[in-house]
Amino acid sequence: MKKLLLSTALCASFATGAFAQEGEPIRVGILHSLSGTMAISETTLRDAMLMLIEQQNEAGGLLGRPLEAVVVDPASDWPRFAELARELIAGDGVAAVFGCWTSVSRKSVLPVFEELNSILFYPVQYEGQESQRNVFYTGAAPNQQAIPAVDYLLAEGVERFYLAGTDYVYPRTTNQILEAYLLAQGVAQEDIIVNYTPFGHSDWQTIVAEIAAFGSTGRQAAVVSTINGDANVPFYNELAAQGISAEDIPVIAFSVGEEELAGIDTAPLVGHLAAWNYFMSVDTPENDAFIDAWHTYIGSDERVTNDPMEAHYIGFNMWVDAVEAAGTTDADAVIDALVGVAVPNLTGGLSSMGANHHITKPVLIGEIQDDGQFEVVWETSGLVLGDEWSDFLPESAPLISDWRAPLSCGNFNVETGTCGGSE
Amino acid sequence: MLLRLMTLCLALLLPSLASAQTLDELVGQLPDGNYNDRAALVTRIAATGDPRAASVLDALLEGELEQRTADGRIVRVTGSRNNETAVDVLTGEELGTVARRSTESIRVNNSLRRQIRTALGVLTLRDPDPARRLAAAEAALRSPDADQLDPLTEALEAEQNSTIRTALERARAATLLGTDAPIDARLAAIITLADAPAMTVQSALNAHRADADPQIAAAVAAAIAAAERRQAVWSQAQNLWFGLSLGSVLLLAAIGLAITFGVMGVINLAHGELVMLGAYTTYAVQQVFRAYAPDMLGWSLAVAVPVAFLLVGAVGVAIERGIVRHLYGRPLETLLATWGVSLILQQLVRTLFGPTNREVGTPDWMSGAFQLGEMTVTWSRVSIVVFALFVFFGLLLLMRYSAFGLQMRAVTQNRPMAANLGIRTGYVDALTFGLGAGIAGLAGVALSQIDNVSPNLGQSYIIDSFLVVVFGGVGNLWGTFAAALSLGIANKFLEPWAGAVLGKILILIFIILFIQKRPRGLFPQRGRAAEG
Repeated sequence: MKKLLLSTALCASFATGAFAQEGEPIRVGILHSLSGTMAISETTLRDAMLMLIEQQNEAGGLLGRPLEAVVVDPASDWPRFAELARELIAGDGVAAVFGCWTSVSRKSVLPVFEELNSILFYPVQYEGQESQRNVFYTGAAPNQQAIPAVDYLLAEGVERFYLAGTDYVYPRTTNQILEAYLLAQGVAQEDIIVNYTPFGHSDWQTIVAEIAAFGSTGRQAAVVSTINGDANVPFYNELAAQGISAEDIPVIAFSVGEEELAGIDTAPLVGHLAAWNYFMSVDTPENDAFIDAWHTYIGSDERVTNDPMEAHYIGFNMWVDAVEAAGTTDADAVIDALVGVAVPNLTGGLSSMGANHHITKPVLIGEIQDDGQFEVVWETSGLVLGDEWSDFLPESAPLISDWRAPLSCGNFNVETGTCGGSE
Repeated sequence: MLLRLMTLCLALLLPSLASAQTLDELVGQLPDGNYNDRAALVTRIAATGDPRAASVLDALLEGELEQRTADGRIVRVTGSRNNETAVDVLTGEELGTVARRSTESIRVNNSLRRQIRTALGVLTLRDPDPARRLAAAEAALRSPDADQLDPLTEALEAEQNSTIRTALERARAATLLGTDAPIDARLAAIITLADAPAMTVQSALNAHRADADPQIAAAVAAAIAAAERRQAVWSQAQNLWFGLSLGSVLLLAAIGLAITFGVMGVINLAHGELVMLGAYTTYAVQQVFRAYAPDMLGWSLAVAVPVAFLLVGAVGVAIERGIVRHLYGRPLETLLATWGVSLILQQLVRTLFGPTNREVGTPDWMSGAFQLGEMTVTWSRVSIVVFALFVFFGLLLLMRYSAFGLQMRAVTQNRPMAANLGIRTGYVDALTFGLGAGIAGLAGVALSQIDNVSPNLGQSYIIDSFLVVVFGGVGNLWGTFAAALSLGIANKFLEPWAGAVLGKILILIFIILFIQKRPRGLFPQRGRAAEG
């Protein structure tokens, strides 16, 4: 009897293993810039996705069919994102798309996903204030990154806040939320300075001198940085050059991860902070396995892992689970099946997909170390669900999102009882 | 009698009982509790007077203190990620390599680090190393605490070094101000502090603005107001310096373009990418140094300068011979072709070196800063200003006094005549373009010190470079010089009140209006060359 069972089991595994490649492949779209300004961040995500798909195929594919990655290059050009998204869905017939980095690229593909009814997994932290039926947000919303970060600073005795950001939608919305939150916490208006700089700003002398003066009033000051992309390296270099250490004025950043630190000598930056939901240094067996697989796949153990990669890891596994649960790759069925799916994240917990299409994550505050890694100094006790509509802005406070039937609405106003936002 | 003796005994015993916890016990408690508990332990560890306390705190400060999960021993772990060795922090016993996840690190954060530094400060005030004494005095100034007063006074008496003496005096004054010392002593303390840099004055005195004693409060307010006045004057000097240093970056980026565009009239949109190649050359040279002569790393920039000039110059010659020379007199096509070249170069570098930033180290002599009055001047900026001037005047001399410079001017002013005189104009064209490209490569070496070394590096400078050349007057090197410095300075005076974004827009509007009024820029070419 036992033998029979064993052979059946063997047969079954043989079947999935050997015939996995038999069926029509399931296509998965990867929509990340491989050239242009955003290539610096997005190329890694393409590689991470290819690795995840390869692993899934080695494990027998999905629904007994192999997965096939369709990679396109939108070249950091926002309208091109929309064109290529249409091509992926309508032309290549992909079952789901993993992609986008900047909010503007996401906004440009939204109408396409809505019109052609497909699924997008968006892996980057963003400003919130959005919930769309076809999009699953696996990066952090402001309450999963910005708010806990300033909570930590407040607990550390910081009384003055310098909010420095690049001039575009994510920093502006985040700083608006943070300012409202800080004022509500009793920080005086004159102790908050908001400063914006253009994309790729490279001359930080004036601003760093301003920060030094801001922090020398005898009360603890900190910089909350939403400075994006390439502008960070000259900013940190200037901080180090002018001798501002993390003990004098710590900088907490929301867009600086392991990948961004790869281009800087981090010895003078030790102690500056970043808030994320994942750090490469997190010591869990899942993370070790992921890092080892990544190093093997990419062929270099110098390469780092970062938060958006973990977001894709979670998003991809959620999609796989949902497709298996639905038994089909049909978008409507998978969208319904995705809500409530829970998969292990890399920090030792189980992340689950909420009804608002955002996921639960732990929030970690890490300090920069001299080897370019972060050391966790604080973390939330449990997982936090992404809050799509901020409670700290008057126009979005009454809004909620719930994509389950019967509500099925991304911007339900609890005050007026209608679906359709605050207008 | 017996009773009195007993009380005396108790009184003698009590303090020693309170601090009876030995260093070993205190260190054993470090892993427990939160940051606040750890901060309390740090103070008590420093108070034990144990000679090992400083090294324990040092290890904690460096984040190297860890607890072995197996036996709870506190060890100091050093080494790289996969090759860590442990030493017992109390006995100094070597414990060999540690396996992953066999130790739990004792976390420190910024506020705890500040406290450790203060605690260490008291322990290292008499350290033989002057740098550590200075650090200790500065730490004491940053967080004044009445307990420090006696050690500070003692250290001050023993100190010979005048810089450290000043730091100690200020630290002592800041500490004294917070105690209930006699009013004269506190007023004297304010006077001692008032001479310090304005930022120190503010951070040390702000807390005493609302002192209970009106005399103290008035003296504090006066000292802060004086410091603010000093700072206001110095901030103008600071803006000027920042402007000069931004201007010299612009000058470096634009000067190569002043040759290719200014002198030759080629609209070279790949100029930024030539700068980027110079930066990558610096990176490559440093990698070679790291591999073969790690002790000589400080010299890598000196080697990178000629290498970048020759390499990028060669790329320039190749571009001129391969593409640009076929398109002379057709500016639109040149523009498109060089833009294509810029995209090709970008993607080439991205494929070869990867899309992420590369780290270019700063040699020791270029890092750090010094204090000039109320402003902080960083060595890297000083070096770039000097380097930019050196490149500019070198180029000027080359143009004016060398045979090649003469031929170059002859060819650009009157090509047929120059050809008739036996100058190989094609050869001169190639070399001129190569010279412009080589100088772009030099700019790349300098920019690698302050900006990202990424494939996008060039894009952020190409627009600024054209602005500078057009504003200065096409074909005039002095015009480029004046334009770069004045744009830099204007930018830095605008930035404090207009913000970086608006400042940039204002400058752009100004240049557009200026070009409307004077299409040939600040210093227009005159005479026959202007018509050519």
